[in-house]
Amino acid sequence: MKGRMISPGKAEGVAIVSSEPIGFYGGIDIKTGIVIEKGHPLEGKCVTDKILVFPCGKGSTVGSYVIYGLKKNDVAPAGIINKETETIVATGVILAGIPCVDQVEIEKIKDGDTIFLDADNGIVEMKSV
Amino acid sequence: MHLTKEEEKIFDGEKGEVMSRLFRLLVRLGDIYGADKMIPVGSVQVAGVSYKSVGDPGTEFLEDLASKGAKVKVITYLNPAGMDLEDWEKLGFPKDFAKNQLRIMDAFRSMGIVVTATCTPYLAGNLPRFREHIAWSESSAVSFSNSVIGARTNREGGPSALAAAICGVTPNYGLHLWEKRQPTIKIKVDADLNFNSDFGALGYYVGKQVKNKIPYFTGIKDANTDQLKALGAAMAASGAVALYHIEGLTPEADLVKKDGLETISVDKKEIKETYDKLNTGKDPDIVIFGCPHASLREISTLADKLEGKHLKKPVWICTSRMVKEAAERMGYNEIIAKAGGSVVADTCMVVSPIEQMGYKTTGVNSGKAANYLPGFCKQEVCFANINDLVEGQL
Repeated sequence: MKGRMISPGKAEGVAIVSSEPIGFYGGIDIKTGIVIEKGHPLEGKCVTDKILVFPCGKGSTVGSYVIYGLKKNDVAPAGIINKETETIVATGVILAGIPCVDQVEIEKIKDGDTIFLDADNGIVEMKSV
Repeated sequence: MHLTKEEEKIFDGEKGEVMSRLFRLLVRLGDIYGADKMIPVGSVQVAGVSYKSVGDPGTEFLEDLASKGAKVKVITYLNPAGMDLEDWEKLGFPKDFAKNQLRIMDAFRSMGIVVTATCTPYLAGNLPRFREHIAWSESSAVSFSNSVIGARTNREGGPSALAAAICGVTPNYGLHLWEKRQPTIKIKVDADLNFNSDFGALGYYVGKQVKNKIPYFTGIKDANTDQLKALGAAMAASGAVALYHIEGLTPEADLVKKDGLETISVDKKEIKETYDKLNTGKDPDIVIFGCPHASLREISTLADKLEGKHLKKPVWICTSRMVKEAAERMGYNEIIAKAGGSVVADTCMVVSPIEQMGYKTTGVNSGKAANYLPGFCKQEVCFANINDLVEGQL
């Protein structure tokens, strides 16, 4: 699939897919990379080294620092794929240097798929489980 | 994106490494979102102030900028800090937390940022005008300034707002453009909205439904700025609503196109269900008002309710330093303190480490606070109107 480059870089990893938006501030623990938002489809799961797939960001604008912090703490996702990346997530991934692509049909990606993300060219390749 | 000769120099590093780095972030965002050029901003508001939110990585990022001599070009306010910057010791904020928080404030101050620490800059001396371009990041303040004032800002991330403050410009895209400010969904409200918490519940429900759309409300007969602040804050927290219009109440409502939109109805049932959903606990250890930061009117209302009363359990009302000062002159703070409550400035329940202070269940009248407290402060929540919350603590 072809999308739009938000933040450059290449990454390979296992997909972790959320049908719901993610608010990084209060949604993901900055020290562990575990989703802590109550009732979120990914609650209790860890995003570290995964290719994190979700429709769009939501909630607090402090989310950018959380993304940056996840990277500094070595618990960040390896890459991010969105339907529509808004400014909060975009700023976070650019500062953190996490490859990110949007405008992708994320419905086609399933949990556990192996993803090769070439953000430089906006390319998402997947190997289904 | 078109850059002027002057901007190209900044991009290429002629104005120093820091300016270049931050300007490049803005150019990158502008390129992603299809901006044609940079536009000057009238003011900036920066989120990511509490040590609890930004942690060590954020602190180091800010200190690095400050040590390299970064200075803001326009009036810049800050979001709430993790503690009352003056009364933190008395209120029981942990010492090591305070030390880190003060490091962050020092970094901001040396960049020329007004060390205000409030999520309601518009109540504390940073008031944009209709159609003014600004770069704000506190999600509830973005909603208020776009919707209630009609100023123009995207939802900036903490760092992108800081970059706008230091460069004095922001990329021209999204909500800076009139065509992007048109509503994308209609919300037909058929419910009595009396308390500020009713507006919070409505906002929470609508935010969940519409995510990042631009709602156009009908059926809201009247609302004061406290209630609009509660509505917008909840929608920005449960969803990513940065702009809403209300028929008859907000300045752009008559100007936008609203034909042929999908319509969602909200009546008493949805409001009641939202109250039930947000109530995860009973018998709060502490009740905290002022999310977003209380106006003078909200403090005055609380003082009326607490006059001559004795609280069994703590009640806080969070506000900006400026409003606290006015409340002091009016004697509201003294009335609240005599009853056993506290007017807390510079911080709020969401960004302060209340879980480290021994509280497990918090009572709030804010849809935004009810949204964040369970995840971020590990609190059970009692969501109710101000009367029920105050009565429960007496």
